[in-house]
Amino acid sequence: MRRSISLYGLTFSLPMLIWQLVFFVAPLVFLIALSFWTVKNFKMEPDFDTVNWVTMYGRSVFWQSYGLTLALATAAAVITSILAFPCSFAIAFKLSPKYRQWAIFLMVIPFFTSYLVRVYSWQIFLSDNGIINGLFAQVGMGPFPLLNTVFATMIGYLTLTFPLVVLLQLFSLIFIDRTLIEAAHNLRCGRIRTVFAVVIPSARVGLVIAALFCFILSFGDFVSPVYLGGGDPTTLSILITDTTKSGQQWPRAAVIALTMIATLLAVAFAAVGFAYKGRTK
Amino acid sequence: MTGIIRPSAGFTRRTLLATGAAALAMPMLGRRANAAATELTMLAWYGHAEPDMVAEFEAENNVKFVPKYYTGGDNMLGLISQSPPGTYDVILSDAEYVQALNAAGYVEELDPNDYALADYFPEFQNFPGNWADGKLFSMVTRFGFLGVAYNTDALTEAEAANYNVFWDPKLTGKVGHFDWHLPNLGQISLLNGNANPYDIDEAAWTALKEKTMSLRPQIGGFFDYGGTFSSLNDGQMLAFCGIGDWITGVLEKSGAKVKSVIPEQGGLQWSECFSIGKGSAKADLAKKWIQYITSAKGQAKSAQMAAYPALIPNQKGWEVLQAENPDEAKRQGMTKDAGNAIDMIRAGRIKYRQWPVQQGLEDWNDFWSEYKGA
Repeated sequence: MRRSISLYGLTFSLPMLIWQLVFFVAPLVFLIALSFWTVKNFKMEPDFDTVNWVTMYGRSVFWQSYGLTLALATAAAVITSILAFPCSFAIAFKLSPKYRQWAIFLMVIPFFTSYLVRVYSWQIFLSDNGIINGLFAQVGMGPFPLLNTVFATMIGYLTLTFPLVVLLQLFSLIFIDRTLIEAAHNLRCGRIRTVFAVVIPSARVGLVIAALFCFILSFGDFVSPVYLGGGDPTTLSILITDTTKSGQQWPRAAVIALTMIATLLAVAFAAVGFAYKGRTK
Repeated sequence: MTGIIRPSAGFTRRTLLATGAAALAMPMLGRRANAAATELTMLAWYGHAEPDMVAEFEAENNVKFVPKYYTGGDNMLGLISQSPPGTYDVILSDAEYVQALNAAGYVEELDPNDYALADYFPEFQNFPGNWADGKLFSMVTRFGFLGVAYNTDALTEAEAANYNVFWDPKLTGKVGHFDWHLPNLGQISLLNGNANPYDIDEAAWTALKEKTMSLRPQIGGFFDYGGTFSSLNDGQMLAFCGIGDWITGVLEKSGAKVKSVIPEQGGLQWSECFSIGKGSAKADLAKKWIQYITSAKGQAKSAQMAAYPALIPNQKGWEVLQAENPDEAKRQGMTKDAGNAIDMIRAGRIKYRQWPVQQGLEDWNDFWSEYKGA
C-alpha cells in the first residue's frame, strides 16, 4: 500500500527538492533549449534548429575527444581505486581508533587548499628543470618528459580524487562486520584471500561509489588536462572552451555538455546497479 | 594640588567646539569625497584598468574605473551582447573585432577632431576598422608584432628568424602553441608564402592545413595566457608559435631567457582600439579617457603597461617614451634608428591579424580543433 506523504516529511524534504529544481533541473532544461539555439553574428538567438547536434555529432574530433575522455576517466577511476585501497584498508584495519581519526583528518586537509594551486605546484615537480628531473639528474639520468603528458594529467586526476576515494572506501571498510573476517580466518582462509573473498565483496557498495565519484570528477575536469597535460590531447572539457572561444558557439558547447551529462548519468546508474546487485533489504 | 587640567593659552571654548565639529565632520567629508568619484566601466583585456595605467587619470578627474576583463574577442562580444546598452562606458577591442562591434551598433561614433590623430604615424591615422563610411568609431591605442618566441639558451636569433625553426628536430615536443587559431594559422600562412595570410583561396587553404598538420608531431602543448607564460619561463617550451613581445617582453623584464623575433617570412600585427559603449551615460568622461590614453603622455604609459608591453601609434608618444625610458624604447624598437617598428611596417614585413576573408571563421576554428585532436 502506498504511504501518503505527511506534511512533516514534506517540510523537511522541501529544501532539497527546491535545491534540485533551481540548481539542477532548471539549468538542465535551459541547457537543452540552448542546444537548439542558433548563433548569428556572434549573437545567440532563440530557435529550434538541430544544426548544433548534427554539426557536433558529425565531427570526428568530437568522437575522438569523447573516446579519449572516457578512457582517461575510466583509467583514473581504476588506478585511483587500486592505489587508494591499501591506504584505506590499512587505516580501517591496522590503525587504532585514535590514529584512524588522525588519518581521516590528513585525508581532509587537501580540501583546504585550492585544487588549481595544487595542480600548479605539480608543474614545479614535473617540469624538465623540476624537482623530480633534478633528482634523476643526481644519478645521471633524464631529463624525462613528465609535464604536458597524459601521465601528468593522471597525476592531476589523482590529486583531485585520491583523498575523496580513500575516504569513501574507508567509510565502507570500517563498517564491515568483523566477525565475517574472523570466520574466514577460522576456516583457514589466508589474509590475501580474505581480502578478495570477504572484504572487497562486503565493501562493494562503497568501493564502487568511490570509483564512480573518481570517474565523474575526472570526466569533467578541465584543470589537469590543461595545466598538466598541456591541453594535448583534447578532452571534452577543452573542446567546450574551444567551441565557445571562436564564434560564440555556446549552443554547440551545450551539445557537448549534454552528451557529458548523459554519459555520466548512464555510468552512474550502471555503477549503482552493479554496487547493489544481488542485495536484498 | 587639584587634578584639574586647564586648556592651554588661547584654547577657548569656541575653538574647542569648532575643532570638535570639524573632527566629527571629517569622516563625512571623506565619505562625500569618495562618493563623488564617478565610476567609469571599462571592458578590456587584463591590465588596462590597473593602477599603473589609470591612477593618474583617476586622480586628475575624480574617476574610479570599474573594469570587466575578458579573455578574447569572442568573450568580449558575448559580454556586450548579453548586457543592456550603457553597461560599458569604455570598450577596448582587438582591431579585428571592431568591425563586428560597429556592425552590431555596440559603439558610439567618435569625432576625429577630439583626438590627437595628427600626432599618429600616417599608417594609423586611417586605421582599418576604426572607420566605417567615413565615420570614426574607435581609436587604435597600441599594437604589437607576432613572430617566433624562443628560448635564448636553445636557439640563436638567426635560427629563430625563420618559421621553419618550428620543424627543427631538436625542438620536437618543445614547440608550444598559444591556443588560438588566428595567430598560429596566420603565421604558417606567411610561411607558405601567402602575401595576405588571411585572404587565401581554397588551394592555399588546403596547403595551409597540410603544412600545419605536418607540425603536429613537434607540438608539446596548447596553452592559455597563464600556461604560455609559465611554460616559456620554466623552459618547458623552447619555441612558441602565435605570440610575440606582448608575452616575452614581460618575461624578459623578469630575467627569463626568452625573446621574440620577426622571421624573414614576416610577422603579424595585433592592435587594440578604444571605443565608447553605445548608450553610455558618461560618454564625455569616456571621451576624456580616450583623449588621455591616445595623447603622447598616455601613449608612453601604454607602451610600458605592466601587464603586457606594446608599441604605440602616436609619434609624440615615442618621443616621450624615449625621454622617459630610453631602454624600453630601444628594446621595443620605438627609436629613430633605422629598422624600427614603423620601418618594419613600411617595408611590408608586417601583416594585420584579421578574420579569414575567403573562409568562415568557423572553418578555421574547426580545423584548429581537428589539428589539436590529431
